[in-house]
Amino acid sequence: MSQVLISIYRYNPEQDSKPRMQNLEVEAPGDRDLMVLDVLELAKAKDPSITYRRSCREGVCGSDGMNINGVNGLACITPLSKAAGPARKLVLRPLPGLPVIRDLVVDLSQFYEQFEKIKPWLINDEPPPAIERLQSPEEREKLDGLYECILCACCTTSCPSFWWNPDKFVGPAGLLQSYRFLADSRDEATAERLAELDDPFSVFRCRGIMNCVSVCPKGLNPTRAIGKIRNMLVEQGT
Amino acid sequence: MVTNATSLGRSGLFDWLVQRFSALVLLAWIAWVCIGVIAMPEFGYPQWRALFAATPMQIFSLITVLSLCAHAWVGVWTVTTDYLNEAHLGRTGTAIRLCTQAACLLLTLTCLLWGARIFWGSG
Repeated sequence: MSQVLISIYRYNPEQDSKPRMQNLEVEAPGDRDLMVLDVLELAKAKDPSITYRRSCREGVCGSDGMNINGVNGLACITPLSKAAGPARKLVLRPLPGLPVIRDLVVDLSQFYEQFEKIKPWLINDEPPPAIERLQSPEEREKLDGLYECILCACCTTSCPSFWWNPDKFVGPAGLLQSYRFLADSRDEATAERLAELDDPFSVFRCRGIMNCVSVCPKGLNPTRAIGKIRNMLVEQGT
Repeated sequence: MVTNATSLGRSGLFDWLVQRFSALVLLAWIAWVCIGVIAMPEFGYPQWRALFAATPMQIFSLITVLSLCAHAWVGVWTVTTDYLNEAHLGRTGTAIRLCTQAACLLLTLTCLLWGARIFWGSG
């Protein structure tokens, strides 16, 4: 067994006047690597009032997105060795830029509002065929790297453009999904979708700093998708 | 769609293209002036004045001043809408942003007219 020092952001708006950091020491097995979520569970065993979201514990549901030693990520698939290094010290904070409901739980309403804006569903008014709307393998291939997003919000909450304008800038997760439908051969609303994005904020507030790419736990590239949306806007609007 | 009355073209694409096109004009003008200076047999005020006295250079320089103003306005507008808002400054955020934008607009127009006078003026 070896000791891990955890510093956890604690804030209960109903009781606390301001947030504080709580330091805890937990005993972790020394012979194998744990995930950050496992360490958090050990901390919760010591102090059951620590609050966070978690569900699938295998990087599929996207519910345990948090700021781990300064970098957004999913606690369930971030190894302790990678996050804390040999110092074995973890600093856990909520995803930045969103209101805190309690401890590591943030209010994702603004994130979902932006996601809803891009109409994340297939728009096709043609009568549906008997079985399914077919795509060629090449058409289907265009959706690779886009549909895998699990909406964990790690990318969007690491983006300064979203921090400054969360009500106007769609954010990397929303724009990745927007391009997922713009690139879909079955979708017929390309012109309408692009018209909705051609304002100074929704897409063009992206400054291309690529924080989103560096933190995405699924290895996706929202900056590239945003670039492709820009190219489509240039093709349509010039 | 998010609308904003104070952006240059009220279209994200237009502002984005203006900023990139104006950057290319500025780069080309700087390169042209550098080449002009390097090509001078002797560097001095008469040669410098002669470089800018040619009509093509006067036109190019005026386009450059226009590009500089457009480039600056898109940049300043972006920065002011990022940082000078109600989320950061409270209720007075919008008033502070509008006053700052108005001051920057006046400064930009002053630079534009002053630049035109310098490059096209008889003095």
